[in-house]
Amino acid sequence: MLIKQISVFIENKPGRLAAIIDALGKNDIDISALSLADTSEYGILRLIVNKPEKAAGVLKDIGVVVKITNVLAVAMDDTPGGLAKVLSVFVLNNINVDYMYAFVATVSKKALMVVKVSDTDSAVKALDNAGISTVEAKEIYRL
Amino acid sequence: MAMWQPEIESMPREELRKLQSERLIKQVNRMYDKVECFRKRMDDQGLQPSDIHSVDDLKKLPFSYKQDLRDYYPYGLFAEPLENIVRVHASSGTTGKKIVVGYTKNDIDNWADSLARMFTAIGVGPKDFIQVSFGYGLFTGGLGAHYGAERVGATVIPISAGNTHNQIQTMIDFGATVLCCTPSYAMYLSETIEEMGVKDQLKLRVGIFGAEPWTEDMRIAIEKGLNIKAYDIYGLSEIMGPGVSYECECQAGMHICEDMFIAEIIDPETGEVLPDGSFGELVFTTLNKEGFPLIRYRTRDMCSLIYEPCKCGRTHIRMHKPHGRSDDMLIIRGVNVFPSQIEEVLLKVGGDVTPNYQIIVDRVNNNDTFDINVEMNEALFADDVKSVDKTEKMITSKLREVLGIGAKVHLVNPKSIERSEGKAKRVIDKRKL
Repeated sequence: MLIKQISVFIENKPGRLAAIIDALGKNDIDISALSLADTSEYGILRLIVNKPEKAAGVLKDIGVVVKITNVLAVAMDDTPGGLAKVLSVFVLNNINVDYMYAFVATVSKKALMVVKVSDTDSAVKALDNAGISTVEAKEIYRL
Repeated sequence: MAMWQPEIESMPREELRKLQSERLIKQVNRMYDKVECFRKRMDDQGLQPSDIHSVDDLKKLPFSYKQDLRDYYPYGLFAEPLENIVRVHASSGTTGKKIVVGYTKNDIDNWADSLARMFTAIGVGPKDFIQVSFGYGLFTGGLGAHYGAERVGATVIPISAGNTHNQIQTMIDFGATVLCCTPSYAMYLSETIEEMGVKDQLKLRVGIFGAEPWTEDMRIAIEKGLNIKAYDIYGLSEIMGPGVSYECECQAGMHICEDMFIAEIIDPETGEVLPDGSFGELVFTTLNKEGFPLIRYRTRDMCSLIYEPCKCGRTHIRMHKPHGRSDDMLIIRGVNVFPSQIEEVLLKVGGDVTPNYQIIVDRVNNNDTFDINVEMNEALFADDVKSVDKTEKMITSKLREVLGIGAKVHLVNPKSIERSEGKAKRVIDKRKL
């Protein structure tokens, strides 16, 4: 239900992002989703990978600050209104979305979204009650 | 050349020495009775006030330090009952705790005289309009210059610092002939005046600048930019404030008010007094301060003293402009900053781990820039921009609280700060002072 996301601090300097992605590739780590939040001075790269613990280790070894955070992978109909339905559940239950981003791949023809919310347990319960599924970690890491 | 107190300012050296000895003996006796910290140090060295017979015995006496002002904060070093204290001044200390000094009515009087000597020495008198653009308040600059200006009978324009366009308009409207401020602010005023195209409306003749380091090049630029003669003044609140020493019309070193203060130059490592003319740490003893006297106070300013008689006829020795510090203190926009203050803030924010940091000071358009690079670590990092921004803002505001001036904080990659022999270089001062 909960999946591990890796976030990385990136100072805005040429070559920093490339070095990180390169290190992951060389260590056989597969990225299934990513987002990059940027400010004028730095960025935060968020990744969903097949081997989160290993990826964190690899990045720490190259001197990068890494954090592992639990996030949700929410499956939804890949049709207009699919995401709206998910969000309305959060609104009804007073759950804040801190950030979210999409997977490229699909699972059982469902679109996938990474969502970080204010209250993960309530979010899972609320989604479950609304008949929206969250995807198991092992399925995600397989993508 | 005119003098404010000619009998003191041109007192023969022998006589001055006698006066200093008398005052030193009196001061040591007073302080031994009234200041616990001083008495303890004397006792520890097995010294009695009766062991001090003249200024020759000064070197036997214990040093005092800035830390003493923090340890005995707020009033522990005052040598007069508080009802005799008529004013306090203060500045921020390394832990955000202020240091405080106190003045009796006589102290304020003597301070005004020292500045009156300075004004008279550079030809400023009752006909002048003195614009005091030093900050007023707990800082000694504003009120110090103010009382001296009134003492010589000049008209004071107590405008304080800032609000530059209004400063300049006031200068023009009120016919200011004398300007007192920090040298970097004088540079800024000069540029703004140039931009406004009002230089020909100014009546300024002279300027008195101090409270931060400045160079001969800056003096030339200020003199040209404002069409004035620029004079240097030195002081520190622990000893009195501005006016401890000042330049006369010769602009050849700052005369120390030797009837009030004895200056020594010591080796900062060993504490040994160095031969006349040597470069070393400046140490001051206050001879007639009542409220807040100090014996052999380590200023941490590095400089040398000039013993040759000055052409102006004053017999009081001169000091060269301080050049560097015997500690790691920086003066940024006139404010004293210690790297340890920054370290302490970062330690608190970083959850008991001090992140690596680097201070970068520069002077752009005659204003000091103050940047602090902080290496990101796991305690500071979060997965969302909101939290990281909050951390950055918290560091910025805590630093402002502790230092009293604003710094630009930049979060940078771990291990990106240059290290020499494994140790990060803490301070890069690009100002050419």
